[in-house]
Amino acid sequence: MTTSSLRCVGIGGRLIGLIAVAALVGCASIPKDALVPTPDSLERRQLQSRRLDGISEANLLAASAGVLQDLGFNIDESETRLGVIVASKDRSAWNAAQITAAVALALFGAYYPVDKTQKIRVSLVTRPALAADGTPRPDSQILRITIQRLVWNMENQLTRIDSIEEPAVYQEFFDRLSKSIFLELQEI
Amino acid sequence: MHSYRTVAALLCAAMLIGCAPSTAVIMGAEQSAVQLRSYQQRAFDTADKTQTLRSVISTLQDLSFVVDKADLDLGTVSATKLSGYQLRMTVTARPRGTNQMLVRANAQYMDKAVEDPKPYQDFFTALEKSMFLTAHQVD
Repeated sequence: MTTSSLRCVGIGGRLIGLIAVAALVGCASIPKDALVPTPDSLERRQLQSRRLDGISEANLLAASAGVLQDLGFNIDESETRLGVIVASKDRSAWNAAQITAAVALALFGAYYPVDKTQKIRVSLVTRPALAADGTPRPDSQILRITIQRLVWNMENQLTRIDSIEEPAVYQEFFDRLSKSIFLELQEI
Repeated sequence: MHSYRTVAALLCAAMLIGCAPSTAVIMGAEQSAVQLRSYQQRAFDTADKTQTLRSVISTLQDLSFVVDKADLDLGTVSATKLSGYQLRMTVTARPRGTNQMLVRANAQYMDKAVEDPKPYQDFFTALEKSMFLTAHQVD
């Protein structure tokens, strides 16, 4: 056996090892802390929530639906009696860096499927803020949004499934919402 | 030649078996309904269905879920958590007697039902805090 064929066996062995690990991960059961609030839960809640005064829950939901539309989302589900709007959008996931890497690999005869499409899902939930005596206030609401993203590559394989936690994304949403509420209240 | 045909026929048969929706997969849970319910459901001392479901939604958001569907009449909320893995939950709330709500949860991790009591205990612990009420074990 030559050195190069030995190397091939080594790589093949490692590949089999990797596949075995991937199969194990695929079969693994639910992570221990999947349903336990983490230490950063509070921070995340603050990032994803705002209190909005001087607006009813129904008007806030209408304004929120408008902002989601401004951002190109389609409404998938809603249950206004529970303060819930669910929306999503499908967008391209082409990424210049990935394409460059794929082209470079292709030059050496290797194939690397780059990310093609992504779905961004949002759930927007409102609830009345509580007065000092614990009763819901009709004119003050707490709104929380949670966003997640799924990315598929050219082979239609899921390559990423995660929650969006970048503060700038939430800040942008709330900025737009406050402008929209202004319009809504002014009925322009 | 004959042996090739036999192999091909066997392969086809194996593929058919592999693809056939077996009753066990569609209907099956590894545990009995009584066992499942013992850790998938709890009773709360409130008659307020709306508030119960709002607390469920808020708890799910705290746990990084995105809501898929919510229906007040049916009393159900479904949500998905994506964190390198996919965890899907459906939670229902329905009246139990005149002054309790029965909350039932079931979860699916990737392509498997979650039949370990611990994650459900964690969920109800988080829900208790959100509801300011104790979750009672139901027999």
